[in-house]
Amino acid sequence: MPLADGAPATAQQTNGVDDAPVLEVEGLETVFDTRDGAVHAVNGVSFHLRPGELLGVVGESGSGKSVTMMSALQLLPSPPARRTGGMVRFRGQDVDAMTPKAMRRLRGGEIGFVFQDPMTSLNPVFTVGFQIMEPLRKHLRLSKPEARKRAAELLAMVGIPSPEARLNDYPHQFSGGMRQRVMIAIALACEPGVVIADEPTTALDVTIQAQIIELVKDLRQRLGAAIVWITHDLGVIAGIADRVAVMYAGRIVEEGPVLEIFEDPRHPYTRALLETMPHLEGDRPQRLRTIPGQPPVLMETPVACSFAPRCPHAFDKCLAADPRLEPCGAAGHRVACWWTPPEAETEVPA
Amino acid sequence: MLTYTLRRLAFAVPALLAISFIIFAILDLAPSDPTAQLPLTIPPEVREKIRLSLGLGEPFAVRYWKWLIQFFVNEPLNLIEQWTGWSFGDGDRLRVLSWQTRSPVVDLIAQRMPQTLWVVGMSYVLGALIAIPIGVISAYRQYSWFDQFGTLFSMVGFSIPTFFTGLLFIVIFSVNLEWFPSIYDTTHEVTDWESFVFQIKQMIMPTMVLGLYNASQISRFMRASMLDNLGQDYVRTARAKGMTEKVVVLVHVMRNSLIPVVTVLALNLPQVFGGAIITEQIFKVNGLGQLLIGAIEGGDIPTVQTLTFIFAVLIVLFNLIADLLYGILDPRIRYD
Repeated sequence: MPLADGAPATAQQTNGVDDAPVLEVEGLETVFDTRDGAVHAVNGVSFHLRPGELLGVVGESGSGKSVTMMSALQLLPSPPARRTGGMVRFRGQDVDAMTPKAMRRLRGGEIGFVFQDPMTSLNPVFTVGFQIMEPLRKHLRLSKPEARKRAAELLAMVGIPSPEARLNDYPHQFSGGMRQRVMIAIALACEPGVVIADEPTTALDVTIQAQIIELVKDLRQRLGAAIVWITHDLGVIAGIADRVAVMYAGRIVEEGPVLEIFEDPRHPYTRALLETMPHLEGDRPQRLRTIPGQPPVLMETPVACSFAPRCPHAFDKCLAADPRLEPCGAAGHRVACWWTPPEAETEVPA
Repeated sequence: MLTYTLRRLAFAVPALLAISFIIFAILDLAPSDPTAQLPLTIPPEVREKIRLSLGLGEPFAVRYWKWLIQFFVNEPLNLIEQWTGWSFGDGDRLRVLSWQTRSPVVDLIAQRMPQTLWVVGMSYVLGALIAIPIGVISAYRQYSWFDQFGTLFSMVGFSIPTFFTGLLFIVIFSVNLEWFPSIYDTTHEVTDWESFVFQIKQMIMPTMVLGLYNASQISRFMRASMLDNLGQDYVRTARAKGMTEKVVVLVHVMRNSLIPVVTVLALNLPQVFGGAIITEQIFKVNGLGQLLIGAIEGGDIPTVQTLTFIFAVLIVLFNLIADLLYGILDPRIRYD
């Protein structure tokens, strides 16, 4: 199936076919009502996720990565958050039209979540066992002993030693990495088709990060769930993602297969992000590169390219019109930019 | 937790001894005269004899020691005898006697306790029962009309003193509407349905006045605690697991929010025994509060000492209970 434009339409026609997207988001818009006015956090984000795929979503803090995902699944507190447009489909079904009951069935049942900070994401006064059993009992209607058995299996699956005994422990009795494993166990409890991992390794130290990434890679192969991995760490993405979406100022500015993004980045922001990564090779350590300027405060819907004020390649058009995601380069590679990198000029007409 | 409890109890002994000494010393320094209320015709020599007969002629240390023996040895032994029917020694022990009534203070307290527990205790329970749901809803629907109204209500309830609400209630419900009696009849006994209804009727006003005050305090506590927890990450996790709002709020958030509230409830419980002094006075409930006021006015030092010291014991005890409750409710807290 082509993964570029018109994905929702094709998805409906090919519903039931294995390759049909499990999750589609079309033109999602979300604002936060604050005292100073509405902040446009998500401005027309569209993406899709195919079964078993790992989509990496990268961008700096405040670029709308998490908000996009949370908004799509109605997990943002409202107020202040408010959806102002867009469509979200799960396996071809309109998520927004779902009853609250169906919505709950979706969350936890078919879509699992792993959040950033495992220190605070688990309820401190309930045992880990209780917290894993909750979705099992609710969505799979397991009896208490069944749920307990399954919870122990899940803990074993995410690599927690003596799982049976640890079910009775409270979150504070686990280390940070172990807690994130528990979170993963909860997310995978009902064997969801999609897992949304919102910066799952950001709060962990590097060795634990590596363990968690290995665990996710391994589980992905065994369970075949599609994963949206939100991070600002390009290094993490390079290691695990199939496709990458780069977000800036509440929209996707570039997306494509992971190799394409790393080898042939088109958007100046993506290029800048890649340049800010420290290199282990080379003669001597250079100063870390940074992107000058600040991300915009999104008090109004952008009319021009949001990155233009920080962009080294910006020209008249960038300030006059807002670029859309257009195909470029290899299949599946799309970019929202008026500027064409010099080395790419021969391939794609501007 | 057991060793912790025992250690705390052991520490409580010297603390209470120190408190008893302070209470005794302060009251001894107070310029109060037990014969002041006696008729003026009594000549000074007779007054002096009365004072000596009350033991006031002895040095401070002797009086303190005797009081200690009476309170810590004689009274408990007496209680045990009464409860179990056993007897220790000849049963002829000197008890803490009230100077006003010449009857043992402990008996007076036992007499007054039920009224206080009924009225003040009920108002406390009622206050908590009203306040917790209000706090939960106010926090869940923050800034809604319900929350605004609840905030106003608790501000009013908290800032208007009970002697004012008490009188207001009497004017409205007793004088104008004639629904409830303005005076609490402590001699009333519940024998059948009608007398039960009367008992309820006479309890309503003092209970409401105190309950309003308690509820406004507790509901603010509950609301603040809920708000703290509603914004926590684990709440998002619970929602992401597909839990219903009911489960999210009433199980996940409330279980966490109740921890500080229960602790505060336990810490404030001694005030139930202390009786709401002013409210008891207004509605003529002859509970512990009234006993204390009467004893202070009459210069009845043994009664004041004993009551004050019992309140001190209760405060120390409920502090310990609050700490233990905290440890039970919050698994992160371990006392070992």
